[in-house]
Amino acid sequence: MFYIFCPYCKEHREEEEFHPRGQAHLLRPEDPENTSDEEWGDYLFFRDNPRGIHHEMWVHSVGCRKFFNITRNTVTYEILETYPMGEQPTITADSPEIRHEQGAQVADGGWQTVGARPENKALNEETSS
Amino acid sequence: MQRYSGFGLVKHAFGHHENWERQWRNPEPKKRYDVIIVGGGGHGLATAYYLAREFGVRNVAVIEKGWLGGGNTARNTTIVRSNYLWDEAGRLYNHSLDLWKGLSQDLNYNVMFSQRGVLNLGHTLQDMRDIQRRVNANRLNGIDSEVVTPQQIKEIEPELDISNRARYPIMGASWQKSAGVARHDAVAWGFARGADSHGVDLLQNTEVTGFKIRDGKVLGVHTNRGDIEAHTVGCVAAGNSGVLAKMAGIKLPLESHPLQALVSEPLKPILNTVTMSNHVHGYVSQSDKGDLVIGAGIDGYLGYGQRGSYPTIEHTLQAIVEMFPMFSRVRMNRQWGGIVDTCPDACPILSKTKVKGLYFNCGWGTGGFKATPGSGHVFAASLAKGEMHPIAAPFSIDRFHTGALIDEHGAAGVAH
Repeated sequence: MFYIFCPYCKEHREEEEFHPRGQAHLLRPEDPENTSDEEWGDYLFFRDNPRGIHHEMWVHSVGCRKFFNITRNTVTYEILETYPMGEQPTITADSPEIRHEQGAQVADGGWQTVGARPENKALNEETSS
Repeated sequence: MQRYSGFGLVKHAFGHHENWERQWRNPEPKKRYDVIIVGGGGHGLATAYYLAREFGVRNVAVIEKGWLGGGNTARNTTIVRSNYLWDEAGRLYNHSLDLWKGLSQDLNYNVMFSQRGVLNLGHTLQDMRDIQRRVNANRLNGIDSEVVTPQQIKEIEPELDISNRARYPIMGASWQKSAGVARHDAVAWGFARGADSHGVDLLQNTEVTGFKIRDGKVLGVHTNRGDIEAHTVGCVAAGNSGVLAKMAGIKLPLESHPLQALVSEPLKPILNTVTMSNHVHGYVSQSDKGDLVIGAGIDGYLGYGQRGSYPTIEHTLQAIVEMFPMFSRVRMNRQWGGIVDTCPDACPILSKTKVKGLYFNCGWGTGGFKATPGSGHVFAASLAKGEMHPIAAPFSIDRFHTGALIDEHGAAGVAH
């Protein structure tokens, strides 16, 4: 069960209040008239499917009903940050501490390593306030 | 290969069953093969088996990072059916069903295929229209299928709640009599043993770490046990296909999600058939040893952890209790999750790629098990001939750019 921090309600709520809505930060082709089938297909159907850090859109469907983004590890399921629409993530797959972590996961197969990191800044600060 | 028979069983009884031959070798990788199959699940092993037996390609390796049939093959709900809506999908799954019928004989291995039929329930008028349309489409494609009334359903599966007191009363169902279940482990082991007996090297605990590609042509794979050469590589890695594709510089329209299932404590025989419902969204059958095998949809988010979430379990069991109120006090024994690679149109990808000699067989979503022999057969034909088999051709990756999608969301049975 995820406990998800809604950046609008400013509260942790249970997973069942939310719905995942796929990859975040997808951009619709800017010039639809001059977009090739290849580009349309890529936009409509092709998604990142990483083992590791993933930015995804969720909706607080039975709460404030607003969309927001989550940065989540798809292997450990750890939620690293949540942020409102229109903002950019502060943690990405290229962040130094993440690169190190992913290396460790690949080496030992990394299936079910669950557990929040103590330095998980954004979430822990919000919880304690 | 030592053939299994009644006589063999008696003979080995005198030796206290201590002298049975191992089912397959555990060979050292050779330097080069004609064909490499990446992924030792049901589909990969079936591909290797048909390659060697039917298409005479004997210098084949199956590379598996874990152990044989330890992935999704070991984590599914064993249902076999072919009542799909579109012609392309109907042909593929029915080809598979035809192979299932003779599979135990063919492999000399009891895969416990049991044609006990499948019911797809309808709970709304729209469900019934969809069911009628699908049954008509099935019959046009030569797939046995009929619409049955609640009274007929009661005869087929007496414990189903067909009363009007249900929250979602059952209005009817589609009924495919030739559908059923098979023993998933036996399918993997049977194909492994068959492939091995035809000279296929099954390389377990061997992980592909990269592809050797030059001038847009595949030359082999890098593994943790050294480089292995081959000019034809077929990737059949289910949930990990996206990761493999990335190594080869290819993008696939896949998302990997956990799909979970659960089994109950063993009960006396109570279910005759497989019962599925799109509307309340659950499916259940009873295994030969008595436990209820229960499944539903995928977790909505992307994930590679082979486990599921509690909300999905709760939702699944709500659906089962809606259909069979008497199961409300049955205890669940265990739960598991497999990683399924879902496609935007709920149909698989069997395709060449822009890298010459590199093929992908993936995107089976929640419905791969039933396709095991058929998928292996048409994929083997494609690898052997270098041209996609006519049944596999519509499932090319090109369809996501041409728009020729095969939209099977309804008939796939569960949401994905």
